[in-house]
Amino acid sequence: MSDQEDDIILSELDNEELVQQMFDDLYDGLKEEIEEGVNILLERGWQPYQVLTEALVGGMTIVGKDFRDGILFVPEVLLAANAMKGGMAILKPLLAETGAPRVGKMVIGTVKGDIHDIGKNLVSMMMEGAGFEVVDLGINNPVEKYLEALETEAPDILGMSALLTTTMPYMKVVIDTLIEQGKRDDYVVLVGGAPLNEEFGKAIGADAYCRDAAVAVETAKDFMARKHNKLAAG
Amino acid sequence: MTNAFSKMLAARDWILADGATGTNLFNMGLESGDAPEMWNDQHPDRIELLYKQAVDAGSDLFLTNSFGGNAARLKLHGAAKRARELSRISAEIGREVADRYDRPVIVAGSVGPTGEIMAPMGALTHELAVEIFHEQAEGLKEGGADVLWLETISAPEEYKAAAEAFKLANMPWCGTMSFDTAGRTMMGLTSADMATMVDKLGNPPLAYGANCGVGASDLLRTVLGFVAQGSERPIIAKGNAGIPKYHDGHIHYDGTPELMAEYAILARDAGATIIGGCCGTMPEHLSKMREALETRPRGERPTLDQITGALGAFSSAADGTGDDTPEPRRNRRRRA
Repeated sequence: MSDQEDDIILSELDNEELVQQMFDDLYDGLKEEIEEGVNILLERGWQPYQVLTEALVGGMTIVGKDFRDGILFVPEVLLAANAMKGGMAILKPLLAETGAPRVGKMVIGTVKGDIHDIGKNLVSMMMEGAGFEVVDLGINNPVEKYLEALETEAPDILGMSALLTTTMPYMKVVIDTLIEQGKRDDYVVLVGGAPLNEEFGKAIGADAYCRDAAVAVETAKDFMARKHNKLAAG
Repeated sequence: MTNAFSKMLAARDWILADGATGTNLFNMGLESGDAPEMWNDQHPDRIELLYKQAVDAGSDLFLTNSFGGNAARLKLHGAAKRARELSRISAEIGREVADRYDRPVIVAGSVGPTGEIMAPMGALTHELAVEIFHEQAEGLKEGGADVLWLETISAPEEYKAAAEAFKLANMPWCGTMSFDTAGRTMMGLTSADMATMVDKLGNPPLAYGANCGVGASDLLRTVLGFVAQGSERPIIAKGNAGIPKYHDGHIHYDGTPELMAEYAILARDAGATIIGGCCGTMPEHLSKMREALETRPRGERPTLDQITGALGAFSSAADGTGDDTPEPRRNRRRRA
């Protein structure tokens, strides 16, 4: 490889090359380059939704895969997500104007007593990267806070995260309360966090346990597809 | 510097540390979501029992109930200002328990992560992290801890900040990290990376190693990774008793006392000096571990196959230390 490749002029690349370069730049977490790439594609007449799905979501999918496979780790993913956010900030108002299709909506938060929000933040960012609307309740959420957000936001998905042995059972408190109030079936409940596993997710009554942010996105898409099919059939 | 812990290290072939704190406190009625550190003040009798159970089961060393006792974590419970006090009490109760025994028992002041991401990725600056750790260290020192015990750390920056803070408190220390993501820490650090980092510290720990993570097998693979770096520094192995399962409203770890006894022997043979459990490790596990360490002869260093044969499969194919690390899917941009 020669040194000439050091200086890539994004505006000189054709669409296909540019999208490939944006995949690389997302992978490297280069925010300014991503913002530039998004603007160039918009100037060339791309629809905001096309920029989102083909360039940003496409790039974040690769980041997600390498995170899942233990090639990228939290610091790199945070950088990538930050770069994506730069691009999203440009696209968001345009998406609203153009009435782009809605993928789905998720309310997410770390349960009561748990301050660890790294995993939750990654899920939020990756879900946004996949085109979902995400309402992030932050850390340390008691059951009341989840219920309130479900009421006001009417999401498709509830995501809960816990990182400690001492806080993971609290997810069951939230799910049990939803059952008591007859609201459990109104939402897809996804849970995640380092000490959890699939069996735990099942035992507490969640729809799925998601091992990491990439799996969370795949699972969420899967459930949304099923929901759409159900609606279409029903 | 001599202290009770370094004396024990010099005198002994292996040291049995303690097991779980959180899992044990749940069994005593701790509610999910509540801060265990509050019990130092509200239920000192239960904390005393927690320590006593570990020592009675054979532990030479136990960790204080102060894992989340730093200002960043206690902030969640509106108790950020009580970091030093709650840490001090956790050590005071520990000192009192340890001094009752006629064999040496070490009070190790537990210091867990802040839970925040350090700059430049996150908001926590090095200076503030040092201050947070220093405050807790002073509390544990006042309460009579023999040694400070940093645990479950993921970021090398946080480990370094704690090392600096413990120097300010003028306390000996040990420090373990948690390797829970494809054999690395959440931040991507490998066992080899950690061994290298520890050796370069200005205020190095008396011992270093791994705790928590994913199951006992993974933890021993990490220990082998440390050993391969050739450091003379004693190694700590504190693995979980299997993986968590949920039964009738309780978290239960599936590793039996017999399995943890196997784990203890394999940990010693792999090269660990300080051996204990983490989540799910109860007094009955510790008793079996003690018995095994006392009665079974030292063996050859186990291979990866022997570890998985005895304790079950690894959670990931590789741990980042071999040459079989998978390739990135994208090229990196070359920067001028």
